[in-house]
Amino acid sequence: MEAIGSDKVKARLGRLFVIGVPFVWLLVLFLAPFFIVFKISLSEVAVSIPPYAPTFDWSAGWDGFVETISGFSFANYVWLTEDDLYWRSYLSSVMIAGTATLLTLLVGYPLAYGMARSPKAWRPTLLMLVILPFWTSFLIRVYAWIGILKNEGLLNQLLLTIGVINEPLIILNTNTAVYIGIVYSYLPFLVLPLYASLEKMDESLLEAAQDLGCPPWKAFWTITFPLSLPGVIAGSFLVFIPAVGEFVIPDLLGGSETLMIGKTLWMEFFNNRDWPVSSAVAVVLLLILVVPIVLFQHHQHKAAEKAA
Amino acid sequence: MRTGPSWFNITSIVLGFAFLYLPILILVVFSFNESRLVTVWGGFSTKWYGELMRNQQLLESAFVSLRVAFLSATAATVLGTMAALVLVRIGRFRGRTLFSGMIYAPLVMPEIILGLSFLLLFVAIDQPRGFWTIIISHTTFAMCFVAVVVQSRLVGFDQSLEEAAQDLGCPPARTFFVITLPLILPGVIAGWMLAFTLSLDDLVISSFTTGPGATTLPMKIYSQVRLGVTPEINAACTILVGIVTVAVVIASLATRRQEMQRERDERRAAAATG
Repeated sequence: MEAIGSDKVKARLGRLFVIGVPFVWLLVLFLAPFFIVFKISLSEVAVSIPPYAPTFDWSAGWDGFVETISGFSFANYVWLTEDDLYWRSYLSSVMIAGTATLLTLLVGYPLAYGMARSPKAWRPTLLMLVILPFWTSFLIRVYAWIGILKNEGLLNQLLLTIGVINEPLIILNTNTAVYIGIVYSYLPFLVLPLYASLEKMDESLLEAAQDLGCPPWKAFWTITFPLSLPGVIAGSFLVFIPAVGEFVIPDLLGGSETLMIGKTLWMEFFNNRDWPVSSAVAVVLLLILVVPIVLFQHHQHKAAEKAA
Repeated sequence: MRTGPSWFNITSIVLGFAFLYLPILILVVFSFNESRLVTVWGGFSTKWYGELMRNQQLLESAFVSLRVAFLSATAATVLGTMAALVLVRIGRFRGRTLFSGMIYAPLVMPEIILGLSFLLLFVAIDQPRGFWTIIISHTTFAMCFVAVVVQSRLVGFDQSLEEAAQDLGCPPARTFFVITLPLILPGVIAGWMLAFTLSLDDLVISSFTTGPGATTLPMKIYSQVRLGVTPEINAACTILVGIVTVAVVIASLATRRQEMQRERDERRAAAATG
């Protein structure tokens, strides 16, 4: 009897351990920091180390707590609305990320489609070839484009030699280079879910449409595209959400007129050393991204339920 | 009806892969360039690799990166595998929604927000920043990727084996190590490799959570890239790309072989019992 009881206790403890360790780890290291970021976004910048006025003084007890709460100010958030650098950065990040997502879709759809319709024996290899760049350094892949897009870079050399252009195109340090960088870096994120939904498709539907005299182009828009929509949506979220907060691409490929919030936050933090304002920038960015993130999780959840 | 792949499909595959691979190929080719100019071919040479070997700072940062990646990938694999078990094998418990939210959110969260929040946490608890704070933050975001990879492996296998072991009185912990772990091992290994490369690759989170004396390779490369493109960086990148490519190809071949072996075993077992 006792042995069974202790086994049960053991099993319970084991369960608690397996849930508890990753749970507590994420609570402390992932969730708690967001509250700290929020707290610091409400404090004022100070010339000290760390460079913000402390918001909590535990030794002061309840009175001190009340005093700090009353000392919270939304001044940093007001500042974000006053200086047009910030809202212009947010707006332009969303626009750049949105445009780049559409471009990625335009490049990625034919690739995913071609892969899904290729002979079965090719597919594992093609799939690995899409995943492989994902394993190689992001920084390296962005860096590779600098040498191509520079004024005296390979693309301009090529175009000049062919005679398409007479003087070099200025691409590096413009928004065009940022678009290219985002499309290139995030392409696998879009192709993989899209390929998955295209591959699952029942091809007999297309055959039926063709037998009934439906032209291929129309069959694509009325059958294939709607059926691939789950993949399109999942892939677009996977490109759009991280692209909004992208820092490396606008910093290395973009120019001075490229406004993106990731870059603005980085400057605010590392150059101006204004931690409270950078925290406020991060909080607002998070609020902007919460909508697509929740939509994305909802979409994934529904897709998982459908599959089950 | 259709017999072979159409010309449209072949063209889109070829163009798509050309776009994905040409930039990296060009980078590799120009790392063997004699000339200091990165975009003008001046003949074959390996001198930039020699230069690289003499660049003490770069080598040191590479060593820091490798240690960070190894330690954080190992920790992330343990935590991520546990998290995957929680998501797949343990049914309902209080806080499940919060738990799965915390697993999926870091996958799409901009790194810059993660970096800032880690930094502010370490400052708030008065933890001096450096080598270990990078490892802790890399572990945290990499464990979510490991969890997703292992989860997909766990979903795909036959649970009756675990049930049989438990019915025969095997305690849960032993069941995990004897039955479950060997079956999900390809997923766990893939998760570890993913965590390793994510850590090796990370610039933004490391820049926020680092302290004096802990410069990782991406941080070093980034600061040099800002000064301009050099063949030496091309050489460093080529080595990194080479290592990753070889590792991924070996891993996928090994997985495929193991899978085939398993299928053969299963068929033999079925034949023996039938």
